[in-house]
Amino acid sequence: MKTKSNLYRKEKYYGYLFILPPVLGFLIFALFPALYSLWGSFTDWDGLGRMDFIGLANYKELLADEQFHKALFNTFYLMLGIPVGLALALMLALSLNRGKFGTTTFRVIYYVPVISSLAAISILWQWAYNGDYGLVNQFLEIFGIEGPNWLANKHTVKPAIIIMTVWKGLGYSMLLYLAALQSVPRSYYEAADLDGANALQKLRHITWPMVQPVTFFIVVTSIIGGSQIFTEINIMTPTGGTEYSSATVVFYVWQKAFGNLQMGYASAMAAVLGLFIFVVTLIQFKLDKSSDNHD
Amino acid sequence: MSETKRKGIFADILIYIVLLIGAVFMIAPLIWMLTTSFKEREDVFALPPEWIPDPWVFEKYVEIWEKGPLLQGITNSVIVAVSVTIIGTLTSSLAAFAFSKLRFPGKDYIFLGLLASLMIPYPAVMIPQFMMFSKAGWVDTLLPLIIPGLFGNIFMIFFLRQYLMSVPNAIIEAAKIDGASYFGIFTSITFPLIKPAIAAQLILWFMGIWNDYLAPIIYLNSPEKQTLQLVIANYNATYAIQTDYPLIMAASIIALLPMLIVFLIFQKQIIESVAISGVKG
Repeated sequence: MKTKSNLYRKEKYYGYLFILPPVLGFLIFALFPALYSLWGSFTDWDGLGRMDFIGLANYKELLADEQFHKALFNTFYLMLGIPVGLALALMLALSLNRGKFGTTTFRVIYYVPVISSLAAISILWQWAYNGDYGLVNQFLEIFGIEGPNWLANKHTVKPAIIIMTVWKGLGYSMLLYLAALQSVPRSYYEAADLDGANALQKLRHITWPMVQPVTFFIVVTSIIGGSQIFTEINIMTPTGGTEYSSATVVFYVWQKAFGNLQMGYASAMAAVLGLFIFVVTLIQFKLDKSSDNHD
Repeated sequence: MSETKRKGIFADILIYIVLLIGAVFMIAPLIWMLTTSFKEREDVFALPPEWIPDPWVFEKYVEIWEKGPLLQGITNSVIVAVSVTIIGTLTSSLAAFAFSKLRFPGKDYIFLGLLASLMIPYPAVMIPQFMMFSKAGWVDTLLPLIIPGLFGNIFMIFFLRQYLMSVPNAIIEAAKIDGASYFGIFTSITFPLIKPAIAAQLILWFMGIWNDYLAPIIYLNSPEKQTLQLVIANYNATYAIQTDYPLIMAASIIALLPMLIVFLIFQKQIIESVAISGVKG
């Protein structure tokens, strides 16, 4: 009995020892900075020494800050690519799932943009969108369309970035859909065939409900990722675009914090972003739980 | 019979057309990038565009090493990615082992607490982190990119824990009673069991670090300190004015190539572990 309790004490000791690094990492690099940032959002923190409490002044300023409104609007606008990407990814996954040969090759081709460096991809597309000799406009010219100077035009810069992000993320969503489709039991479709269901009915009543958890997962992770979009903007439109038409929240946070040293003000924006992501994640947890209950 | 069969063949052909068009759209920009890097500067502006360079020039792949700190950028990226993934994988897998196979009070709560950190986005912590590292005098060094990762990666802990949950406890319990040390149990029993899962997670993590842009741009100012992604972004900013696109594309290809090769070699494992993350996620 005594050895058993000794063994247990030793096990406890090693258990804590082994989880110590990630716990410390969490405290030092996540929890502490997050709380500090929250505190900083109520101050006039300038990163050089001043950090006086100013109450809600930063948040009040945010409400009136037109550049912040633009950044917020742009960030949500860019998320319009999510449903487009979903539809295309599902279509491709359905095709691949049915395909009899070449599945691996197609899967690899579609996945290459996903693993490619975002900086390199942004550079590539920046040039592809060039008004005079970019690939996109040369392609449009085949159909007799004269394309705009995509990234310099405030009306086309966001659609241009959306097209690029859909292109880059398509392989990932498609892969997840494909995995989900492969787990749908064949017998469901066979039963539907016996009932005389057509392809569209099968898609609506079997496939779509069966892949719904994946759809949900992609939507949530895309919203979380999309709300933090930065690299594309920083490389393709280094100033945030004509009339700030492509600046996003993180881009603005970055400019304010490390360009203007308005750390307190930037922290308030970061807090708004953090709250948004927190809510989205909570909704995911809640809905995930309720969908588990249905199974 | 023949009616439905004909319909089936028709549908198959249609599907392949869709897949092919999709594949062309996915791969064409990348091919264009590659062929551009072999062109002469003036040929880039040819109308209609030349898909095959005429003539093929390979000079740009020589020039890129002289026009900026590209080699230094590669070295810096390798230093960051290798040190973080090797040590971080060790700490992560030890923690996953403890969370799944060792008994100690409060472990489920601690694990949930760690998972909560997934809700904290990097932009929400980057400002205080920057101030911390600047107090330590580490701005413009690689340390701010390395140190946090050494403490482990919550995603990796999560997936390895899941994976270990399906490994029977019996062997581990037997080893415990035999008096094997816990580190010994980990290295001789657990680690070999989860090696495939670790490998896939490590590759994905490595790719994430290799392609990271936001953290490096915050911390690194001097050209010789920058990671590869920043170096090519600077090439882009500098040489676009001189319209030296072949040079920019050649440098970008260099930045892209290592991960592409890793992906092509391990595509099966990578694709499988990504697919699992969605289904279980």
